[in-house]
Amino acid sequence: MAIFDKFQHLVEARQELAESGVSSINVVMEKIISPTEAIVNGRHTILAGTNNYLGLTFDPDCIDAACKAVHDQGTGTTGSRMANGTYASHVALERDLADFFGCRGTIVFSTGYVANLGVLAALAGPGDVLLLDADCHASIYDGCRLGGADVIRFRHNDANDLEKRLKRLGERTENALILVEGIYSMLGDRAPLADIAAVKNKYGAYLLVDEAHSVGVLGENGRGLAEEAGVEDSVDFIVGTFSKSLGAIGGYCVSNHPELELIRYASRPYIFTASPSPSIIASTRAALAALRARPELRQKLWDNARRLYQRLQEMGFVLGPEPSPIVAIRLGNKAEALGLWTGLLEHGVYVNMVLPPATPDNFPLLRCSMSAGHSPEQVEQICEAFAVLRHGALASQNA
Amino acid sequence: MGDYQDILNRLFEIIKPSVKDGRQLEEDTDLVADLGLDSLKVMTLVEEVEDQFDISIPLNILANVRTIRDFALQLQQLTEEG
Repeated sequence: MAIFDKFQHLVEARQELAESGVSSINVVMEKIISPTEAIVNGRHTILAGTNNYLGLTFDPDCIDAACKAVHDQGTGTTGSRMANGTYASHVALERDLADFFGCRGTIVFSTGYVANLGVLAALAGPGDVLLLDADCHASIYDGCRLGGADVIRFRHNDANDLEKRLKRLGERTENALILVEGIYSMLGDRAPLADIAAVKNKYGAYLLVDEAHSVGVLGENGRGLAEEAGVEDSVDFIVGTFSKSLGAIGGYCVSNHPELELIRYASRPYIFTASPSPSIIASTRAALAALRARPELRQKLWDNARRLYQRLQEMGFVLGPEPSPIVAIRLGNKAEALGLWTGLLEHGVYVNMVLPPATPDNFPLLRCSMSAGHSPEQVEQICEAFAVLRHGALASQNA
Repeated sequence: MGDYQDILNRLFEIIKPSVKDGRQLEEDTDLVADLGLDSLKVMTLVEEVEDQFDISIPLNILANVRTIRDFALQLQQLTEEG
């Protein structure tokens, strides 16, 4: 049993959950009805924890494109591009993304996680320095470990702390890569990208922005925070995902550096992962076209996000620092989080529950992600469920 | 900056507020097993040490740090390099 001993704390955590009346926090969606609805525990449930920002998972054009690709090209590529060949559709999607971002080159990866692993492991090796925001996603932390570079963490969204650390590096700044995200996945806050880009330029370092949660969400054309902040020229690499606004699964890196192309030959996560299947590529291309052609989706997403943020704020919940399609609610303790999360499910609303140490501070979070696919009535139902439960909690506190 | 004993003493001072049970800190006190510091508390501690010593501590060296002695030795090396 020795190799399983390390899981004992997980056994205890599951036990604790079971004792508090929650059988599982792994929700099974028995039937998916639409981008925003499913049957959960036999109950019709509004999905407010999906990252399906533009609601494109049931878009007819995306579905048609995926079906056609399956019929024309089969269900899978059955191997990696380096070993087993590239499909013309992989190249076409890479061209689409390069065109969208106005960049010279793109590499497509099979997941967003692999994109960060693949890019970071290849870019930063022994002798190089990675400076990452403390709140960066696990895929960035894991990618940092893979290449053998020195990994230095700076305080979340603190350009002054970043500058202090760059200054300490001396001449090593020319081998330094700064890593930030457009929108941070837990609290929904944005990076102060103009400040970070200014520091990057001052010290001659490189800058990578993970726009997983911000492409399709921010910027006049939906290109993300770098576009919104007007600093695209200062960003060396943008990493993103197909599994949020684009409604599929996969990842990418775009850059104007011609050396990006060499990453294909130097990145083990790229070389040794099977390439995205034809249906994924096809629906992603259709979703990217929809993102570009239908800015009203972004508007609708923001209307829904602002509405929920405002209503929850009025109810007295402690929220993330700014309105965003990710609306995070900070709760005092685990029992409170479990109670509210379970209550919401019973009221037909699914959100994400995040417990420490996965949260930025030591407090549990309920995390809602809004979608352009939510109707005004659905947003109202989500707000109502929170209001009823909030009222109940306050009443029991005062009893 | 590179004096081991000086670094050790400063480290004891920084860690002391994190000790809840009044335990005496020793060189071989284990940060996780003895003090019960979780990953979040370890990172807060690292930030505090970075501020006090005016250095950046690469996360990759933390894998080799279990005890206060390990931490002090790594700090000694970093301050000598700096």
